[in-house]
Amino acid sequence: MIQAPSNYEIVIRPTRGWLRLNLAETWQYRDLLFLLVHRDFVAKYKQTILGPAWFVLQPLLTTVVFSIIFGGIAKIPTDGLPPMLFYLAGLLGWNYFAQTFQSSSSTLVANAGLFGKVYFPRLVVPLSAVISNLFAFALQLAMLLAFWIYFKLFTSAGGLFGFSAGIVWLPLVLLQIAALSLGVGLWLSALTAKYRDFTFLSGFIIQLWMYATPVIYPLSQIPEKWRWIAVLNPMTMPVEAIRIMFLGQGTVVGAYALLSLSISVLLLLSGILVFNKIEKTFVDTV
Amino acid sequence: MSRPIIEVENLSKRYKLGQLNARSLREEAEQFFARFRNKRARSDGELSGENTEIWALKDISFSVPAGEVVGIIGRNGAGKSTLLKILSRITDPTTGQARICGRIASLLEVGTGFHPELTGRENIYLNGAILGMTRAEVKAKFDEIVAFAEVERFLDTPVKRYSSGMYVRLAFAVAAHLEPEILIVDEVLAVGDAEFQKKCLGRMRSVSRREGRTVLFVSHNLTAINSLCQRVILMNSGQTQQIGPAQDITRLYLTSGNNEDNRSKSWSFHNAPGDERFKITRIKITPEGADATAPIEMGTTFQIEMDYWNLVDNADVLLELIVRGDDGMPVFHSFSTEGGANGPHPKGLYRSSCVVPGNLLNAGRFGIEMYFSDGRPSKEFGLVDAVSVLVHELNDRRNLSNYGRFIGHVHPKLTWRTAFLADKQAPDGDAGLAGDG
Repeated sequence: MIQAPSNYEIVIRPTRGWLRLNLAETWQYRDLLFLLVHRDFVAKYKQTILGPAWFVLQPLLTTVVFSIIFGGIAKIPTDGLPPMLFYLAGLLGWNYFAQTFQSSSSTLVANAGLFGKVYFPRLVVPLSAVISNLFAFALQLAMLLAFWIYFKLFTSAGGLFGFSAGIVWLPLVLLQIAALSLGVGLWLSALTAKYRDFTFLSGFIIQLWMYATPVIYPLSQIPEKWRWIAVLNPMTMPVEAIRIMFLGQGTVVGAYALLSLSISVLLLLSGILVFNKIEKTFVDTV
Repeated sequence: MSRPIIEVENLSKRYKLGQLNARSLREEAEQFFARFRNKRARSDGELSGENTEIWALKDISFSVPAGEVVGIIGRNGAGKSTLLKILSRITDPTTGQARICGRIASLLEVGTGFHPELTGRENIYLNGAILGMTRAEVKAKFDEIVAFAEVERFLDTPVKRYSSGMYVRLAFAVAAHLEPEILIVDEVLAVGDAEFQKKCLGRMRSVSRREGRTVLFVSHNLTAINSLCQRVILMNSGQTQQIGPAQDITRLYLTSGNNEDNRSKSWSFHNAPGDERFKITRIKITPEGADATAPIEMGTTFQIEMDYWNLVDNADVLLELIVRGDDGMPVFHSFSTEGGANGPHPKGLYRSSCVVPGNLLNAGRFGIEMYFSDGRPSKEFGLVDAVSVLVHELNDRRNLSNYGRFIGHVHPKLTWRTAFLADKQAPDGDAGLAGDG
């Protein structure tokens, strides 16, 4: 005879208000989280010839294109850094943001079939995107370091750049990017579940957002009196910060960094709440 | 007795019909401004003045003691699936609450979350985790699952290379080895082959009898319900119509107004469905050579009768009929012109009928769709789900196949012949002819 274990007691009732967040339960599903990370990683490049090499090739090709168009043709200054390194360092943080944003923003709609059949804390899926994109980040970091060594040793630009002590902040900056991309991704995921219009918008958003972020230009190119606007974009500081860490050039101000951090945290918290609210009944509307 | 394992109190679920499809931002904005102009806070659905809300569940209350197998029956749209969705926490109720003491898992998601690129081994872990097992639990059951699914040799092959049979076996093995306190089974018997159905039912039986687990079983297969369940909840338009011992409730379901209700429908001219060309005033399904309310069995010939006004003089009235199984699968499609050419119809009231021979449909519920047109393509008026017919199985062949129901939507009487060909033993050494024995 099975005794109903009280530790599993569940009460199902309508969601009232916004705060029905069960993080403890999400933690119980941590095995699922890591299996989803594994799935993302294994499934992504199955049946491709180059496999995980794409993690490196894709940003490398982007960098080459940027170097030709923005560096070579448009001649946008790069803070005196070799353009290749400038773009690689900028893309390092940006790509992590963009990829996590894109996979987490499709969470609800892409998994509608699964969510309509079985219950588990929905937050596990976007969280798995945050983690699995860390692999891509690590590979791109390795690539940046490889180019860094090459430029240092074999080119005349070797004296123009170098690590800065700020690199100890890298984990925090990475955490901020993760929080921000998850927050914005959850917002968009919830909005897309309600209004499909946002499926079309997410591609645009990410494109425009990149041009609003100092990836292809340095923040120092923006006149001082307009800089506060650029800094309202919470990705500005992380991208500049990563450049300082690895290349020693960039514009980071403590107050701006704090502002960007608080905006990110705010977006994350509100994103979780909105996602949580929508997720309860979204299967009724798909 | 301890507290019930499931306690449901006044559970209700409202759907807004307008919202069944995702709305676009524009509609939302329009509503917002409309609300603004009206200066009155109204709920979304009421804006157009139409009643666009439906209560899929209304004040459902029941409780289930641990270890009981409870069947849930009712017509399509009675709210069975909605109830299960709420209990398995896929969607929230609108009001009321349910208290559940234990983990819940359902067999309705066999194979859900399988990833084609992953190997059998990886999918077992992933699927187990999706269904709520921890890695350690899956590990402990791993060998059992593999043995049950009979896929040892293909464990490290991506499941996209599996045959569909292997795929289903593996998926079912994972689901069947969950150890939830409460198991939900929703119409799994509708999918898969007979062997698979037998396995499902066998597993359910052992889960409930030997392991003492609680099972909620939703099915249209009354024979299976009768043989497995102690108690049955009969649902009707979102409410619990009756709860009681399985035999009593299934009999009530078969004989109650449930059937006739749906076998005929009539409207006054003013609220009859239709358009500027047609008004449909009555649809009726009657068994041939019997009382109008007599049950229709598999062998019974019945006719579908429709009364309608033709409002356009000399129209080429064309009627179409589509009969669907309760899974939505079309069974057949018929046109009123099948008997011959279609002449012009003067204005007036008509009665058309279509005779469906006995020994054609299998037991089950069939939905009737009707289309009225004046011959112009894609200009027909459709009447969907107005009536349906419940075909009962013949009494003399109960339990002939497993749990009573033939596979498929049709069950024609076919001629079988067997001739005695030779009295010798099968020739030796000829494996091709002797088969796999």
